[in-house]
Amino acid sequence: MKITTQEVGYVAHLARLELSEDEKGTLTSQLNNILMYMDILNGVDTEGTEPMTHAISLGNVFREDAEKKSIGVEMALANAPEGEMGFFGVPKIIE
Amino acid sequence: MEPNRLTIHELQERLRDGSLTSAEVTESVYRRIASLEERVHAYITLTEEAATQQACAADKLIRAGTGGPLTGIPIAIKDVLCTQGVRTTCGSRILEDFVPPYDATVVRKLKDAGAVFVGKTNMDEFAMGSSTETSRFGITKNPWDLERIPGGSSGGSAAAVAADECMASLGTDTGGSIRQPAALCGVVGLKPTYGRVSRFGMVAFASSLDQIGPITKDVEDCAIMMNAISGHDTSDATSVPTKVPDYRACLSRDIEGWTVGIPKEYFVEGVDPEIRASIDTAIKTLEGLGARCLDVSLPHTEYCIATYYIIAPSEASSNLARFDGVRYGFRAPDGESLLDMYKKTRSSGFGAEVKRRIMIGTYSLSSGYYDAYYKKASQVRALIRDDFDRAFTKCDVVLTPTTPTPAFRIGEKMDDPLQMYLYDIFTLSTNLAGVPGISVPCGYTKGGLPIGVQFMAGQFQEEKLLQVPSAYEKNSALEKRKPDL
Repeated sequence: MKITTQEVGYVAHLARLELSEDEKGTLTSQLNNILMYMDILNGVDTEGTEPMTHAISLGNVFREDAEKKSIGVEMALANAPEGEMGFFGVPKIIE
Repeated sequence: MEPNRLTIHELQERLRDGSLTSAEVTESVYRRIASLEERVHAYITLTEEAATQQACAADKLIRAGTGGPLTGIPIAIKDVLCTQGVRTTCGSRILEDFVPPYDATVVRKLKDAGAVFVGKTNMDEFAMGSSTETSRFGITKNPWDLERIPGGSSGGSAAAVAADECMASLGTDTGGSIRQPAALCGVVGLKPTYGRVSRFGMVAFASSLDQIGPITKDVEDCAIMMNAISGHDTSDATSVPTKVPDYRACLSRDIEGWTVGIPKEYFVEGVDPEIRASIDTAIKTLEGLGARCLDVSLPHTEYCIATYYIIAPSEASSNLARFDGVRYGFRAPDGESLLDMYKKTRSSGFGAEVKRRIMIGTYSLSSGYYDAYYKKASQVRALIRDDFDRAFTKCDVVLTPTTPTPAFRIGEKMDDPLQMYLYDIFTLSTNLAGVPGISVPCGYTKGGLPIGVQFMAGQFQEEKLLQVPSAYEKNSALEKRKPDL
């Protein structure tokens, strides 16, 4: 076993997902299957190999620190499920 | 012939000489859609009214002699690319009603070039899938056999081109999502070098792998589309400021003396014999044109799937954190606290495959497993890139099959995610290495399903990548077929 049902529950919490018991069961078996397949990588000698995190080599890209027009409050809120008076609405945070 | 069946370059001529108008072409495209969509389902959203206006505006420009190469050409856009004022769903419930306030850079470039926008094409949810079966909005069918998948994740974009429901389309390719559906639908699909095309306005899946590219009816159209969408963009810091050549200009050059590398690792057991035979015929055609085919090795090929299915979900789990029911998209109504609202929103907003990948990614990046999974995969990725660097010192392009088998049946791989992942075996490597790849039709099975041959080239060698298949396409004995719909 690479991952237990309990760990699946913990990872789901980290990912901000709520899983039913059924989903947890299915995912545990599927993730074990997939993670077992990943073991193939243990056969590769990567001693001293620098990890590759970008597809092309680019230095830091700077831009002018200049004021630019933005989309504005109304447009920014247009897709919000809840919002009023120029703010995004969320469930109560402070008790 | 119905105008919707033409290629871009054929249509350009007719628009220029006045024998056709963009309005007529656009009308014929929507006629085709009206008669077919119920069966093929390539589109999520159609924008006929706006397209009709765009076509009229294009006709004015053409009459005035001020049109560009894409003026008046009906094009479809994968629903992962933001279109101002037109909803962009990513095939997901969580973005079902999302209407972007801006255009993706590629969309703006096509707009500036005068294109007519037919609609937004169906896709696997958040581009995660190889069959377009994970879309929230139903399954796209392969126009060559409606009981089979069109490939994915750009299945709608490929099916729309194959079924003449547009002249060309844009797709996105994170692990083969342009080339694989292009192969399965018998059309041309190109994934550019990472950084060649701006990703601004593409809803991110795996940011170090994603690229936008064209799906077209032939190689010349592919070059025309690449001319329109390539180039540096200040809104995407990973787009590269190197000069964009005229991709169309390289098409007529011959390939005598060119070297084509054949990597033995791509000709293994499991490749369908009919695909193998078609690839062998393609190799012979290239040799007949004076190209020299030689063996090359990409020794880390067998590690590509494991590497990819760690790196891509890791990046995805991070990218998809933004879907929290606050700023845009769906929100579950019954969240009691902020955390509860996040969880309920994401759990009912995302489909099974997206959740699975978020879980794999979160696990790979989590404390205690990071070194064993994400870091290890990133190291193997470097070795895969080195394989390509070495191969391209010996040859101009590498040739492989695009897929191990022709299009499979709908539902065939949906219960076994790992089997679905294994289907991407020949296309993942280019994304990991950041090099460009193209799939071009090279045959049909006895049952009439299309087969694709894939070419890959070194970074920013798109000219080579277009020149070789262009020469192949012009000289191959392959008959031009259309699906019988």
